[in-house]
Amino acid sequence: MSTANITPSRPAAPPPSAEKVLIPVSGMTCAACQSRVQRTLNNTPGVVNASVNLMMGNATISYDASAVTPDALVERIRSTGYEAEMPRTDRTAFEEQAARDAATAAEFRELRNKALASGVAGILAMLLSMPLMSVMNAEHHGPVADPFMRWAMEHMTPALRAAAPWLYAIPAAVLSWGLLLATLGVMAWAGRHFYTRAWAAFRHHAADMNTLVAVGTGAAFLYSVIATVAPDFFVRNGVMPDVYYEAVIIIIALILTGNAFEARAKRETSTALRALANLQPKTARVLRDDVEQDVAVDSVQAADVVLVRPGERVPVDGEIVSGESAVDESMLTGESLPVRKRVGDRVIGGTINRTGAFRFRATTLGEQSTLAQIVKLMRDAQGSRAPIQRLADRISAIFVPVVVSIAVAAFAVWFVAVHANGGSLGEAAVRAFAAAVAVLIIACPCAMGLAVPTAVMVSTGKGAELGVLIKGGEALQRAGDITTVVLDKTGTVTEGRPTVTDIVIAPTGEFIGDAGRDELLSLIASVETMSEHPLADAIVRHARERELAVVSPDAFESHTGRGATGVVRGRAVAVGNATLMLDYAVDSAPLGQAVTRLADEGKTAMFVAIDGALAAVIAVADPIRATSRAAIQQLQALGLDVVMLTGDNQRTAAAVAREAGITRVVAEVLPAGKVAEIARLQAGGRVVAMVGDGVNDAPALAKADIGIAMGSGTDIAVEAADIALMRGDLAGVVDAIRLSHRTMRTMKQNLFWAFAYNVIGIPVAAGVLFPIFGLLLSPILASAAMAFSSVSVVMNSLRLRRFRAAKA
Amino acid sequence: MLATFGSIDWIVLTAAGATILWVNWYFFAAERAPALAVTQSSGGLHEVTVVVQGGYTPSTIRVKAGLPVRLLFDRQETSSCSEEVVFADFGTRTYLPAHEITAVTITPATPGTYEFTCGMSMLRGKLIAE
Repeated sequence: MSTANITPSRPAAPPPSAEKVLIPVSGMTCAACQSRVQRTLNNTPGVVNASVNLMMGNATISYDASAVTPDALVERIRSTGYEAEMPRTDRTAFEEQAARDAATAAEFRELRNKALASGVAGILAMLLSMPLMSVMNAEHHGPVADPFMRWAMEHMTPALRAAAPWLYAIPAAVLSWGLLLATLGVMAWAGRHFYTRAWAAFRHHAADMNTLVAVGTGAAFLYSVIATVAPDFFVRNGVMPDVYYEAVIIIIALILTGNAFEARAKRETSTALRALANLQPKTARVLRDDVEQDVAVDSVQAADVVLVRPGERVPVDGEIVSGESAVDESMLTGESLPVRKRVGDRVIGGTINRTGAFRFRATTLGEQSTLAQIVKLMRDAQGSRAPIQRLADRISAIFVPVVVSIAVAAFAVWFVAVHANGGSLGEAAVRAFAAAVAVLIIACPCAMGLAVPTAVMVSTGKGAELGVLIKGGEALQRAGDITTVVLDKTGTVTEGRPTVTDIVIAPTGEFIGDAGRDELLSLIASVETMSEHPLADAIVRHARERELAVVSPDAFESHTGRGATGVVRGRAVAVGNATLMLDYAVDSAPLGQAVTRLADEGKTAMFVAIDGALAAVIAVADPIRATSRAAIQQLQALGLDVVMLTGDNQRTAAAVAREAGITRVVAEVLPAGKVAEIARLQAGGRVVAMVGDGVNDAPALAKADIGIAMGSGTDIAVEAADIALMRGDLAGVVDAIRLSHRTMRTMKQNLFWAFAYNVIGIPVAAGVLFPIFGLLLSPILASAAMAFSSVSVVMNSLRLRRFRAAKA
Repeated sequence: MLATFGSIDWIVLTAAGATILWVNWYFFAAERAPALAVTQSSGGLHEVTVVVQGGYTPSTIRVKAGLPVRLLFDRQETSSCSEEVVFADFGTRTYLPAHEITAVTITPATPGTYEFTCGMSMLRGKLIAE
């Protein structure tokens, strides 16, 4: 079959708008199927060329986009009787979450309905089994292998006989056949997926939980069917034709109940992520052609001006162009107090505007928006694996075949043991059978599979609520092993923004008192508007914040390494160091002591002279964050060594460290030196977390065992970081480490429980306790235990939701 | 005590032993379906459809190292066991909606065998880069 079918009705060359699409096709089994699909496609108007590959199971189609759409091509393929679907690659984090939620909700509803219906059927079947067992007992005097049923029979029979004597009048054969049909119904409807999935897995040489349930219930059912259809065969061999129909139904009901609870609890593990995804508003009010209009959020363009009223959610990321307000960012950063926003400040989509109205220019949109990135990051993190899971993985891989082997071995041992001890063949078979089925039913690989992932999901979700984005299970696990926390100074321990901290007025000058001080600050700031020195910016900002007049100076001169001079409102202003003062013959001695003291505090102090007379000393410093001291104390209380790294000089570094409560300081290090310092700590056997802003210290973050980037709430995608803090606050580091410790504890509890459950449950089900205590496990109780075991693991992980942030 | 140990016991023991051997052979040692070698390239990208139903078909895929390969996972079931596919070596975990086809593109930079599994490591497949 040729692939190039260009008919005269179509242009000889592909039209300029020709597009290429690849559509997966399934269901094709032979070359005839392939050529049929290919022929159909090539005869479709708008198709330039179609080529179908049988081995790959796909169709590559060039088509004229103006004549036919990919969806229409999919329909064309389906019309040939084969299944085709467009691959989804462009699912956004929001869409994926929604799809997943819908699937989980549907799964839960289905499991719940099936569990309820089969539960009712199970109770009815149990009632019907009572008279049947009485008959069997009376006629054959054999053992009832299932201890639970024996117990139920002993306790319920008298009451049931009194309440419904007619039940006992029904012939045994009718009861048996009735139960057979009921069981078949439950298996075919409520339990169907156990069998179909077990079979599908079997064909792939794989085995899972469904295999165990299918083999266990299937064996019990087949045994019962033979007992119903040919009871004489059993009786002849001294075996009571006992049936297990009620057990099959109740086992299916209990396992479905467990699965339903599990589906629901699993849904709970992603509550935090769902809450984040729901923060995204659907519409935005934008200004277009001077008209306010509500548009879908997807259609907002970069640079659109968006309006936000009090109480509304900020629809997209942007920068305020007019108005001001307080914005509640707690849902993204964990910061409980609303944040003041003015013109030029950034707002984040999904946060709530509290007090004022403002307009802002949209910046990042769609997948690039902060919220979408957080959701994507969280999705990736929640799906990642923690190294601790490897052991569980190794066991999962061999679990089911091993359990099946144990069940078979239990059967053989029981059979031989009972028989060899003088039991009849029938007794031997019944006991052996009950033990084997109990082993298959009690074994639960699911608890092991759920132990670690559910804890990762809940924990990363909890972290996101607190403004701590943990990028995966591995980071989560490693954060728990940290012994040393290295803090970058600037922007991490400190605000990262120089601020005017002190103004010391000369005692003899004219600027004494608040009015004089403001006048002086106004003069200095006006000169500094022309300066490019980073400290100048702090002075100008300080004056503006106090709403002082800041004007352009009439003259300005910069003196490199010394300071700046200028003329403002007719007055000569000089701001600089002692050398500058000397140059202008100003005696700086009266304030010399103040300068020394300020410098000892790690501040940069400058003399100010007005009209040739010493007026004041102004000091600028990068102040430590309000929360740093408390957070560092908490880190130390967790038993961690806290080290501060900085490129600053020894004196400034020591002053900041003293104020922050840090005893170990490494000062005057170059960026490359930071990496070397971390390597040195690691070589000493330390597990090092590096906390920095993620911009200047990316290599150090990458080198550390755990890199923690302290973002401004917008730079969450810092590559080198394993953990990103949404809030500029060291308390997030404490939360991250505490959460990690707590999560590791939960994971270990889960794994221990899942292992212990199987390690104890399987031998008990196999009957190892029988020789000593006479204890045997009913397959019905085994199924209840299994259902409970996986639910309990998920519930334990959900307890992580109660984690609280450290009090600052 | 072993007075009644008779031929029926031997039969049960032998049958059980044989069953255990067979179970372990079938699940651990038996020959799997042959590997599918992906050679055809469409638009510079190797592409292969993997049917997800109780396992992966094909379960072994041979590709060229260093070239991106696009795996189209066609999940034809609702069993939650297979709702995710994990390429642990590439750090990806992808949700596969039921009855939909989801593309996963990875680039095995160096030759080797890369395993892919379901979210719980019970279903397995191999990507062999040569």
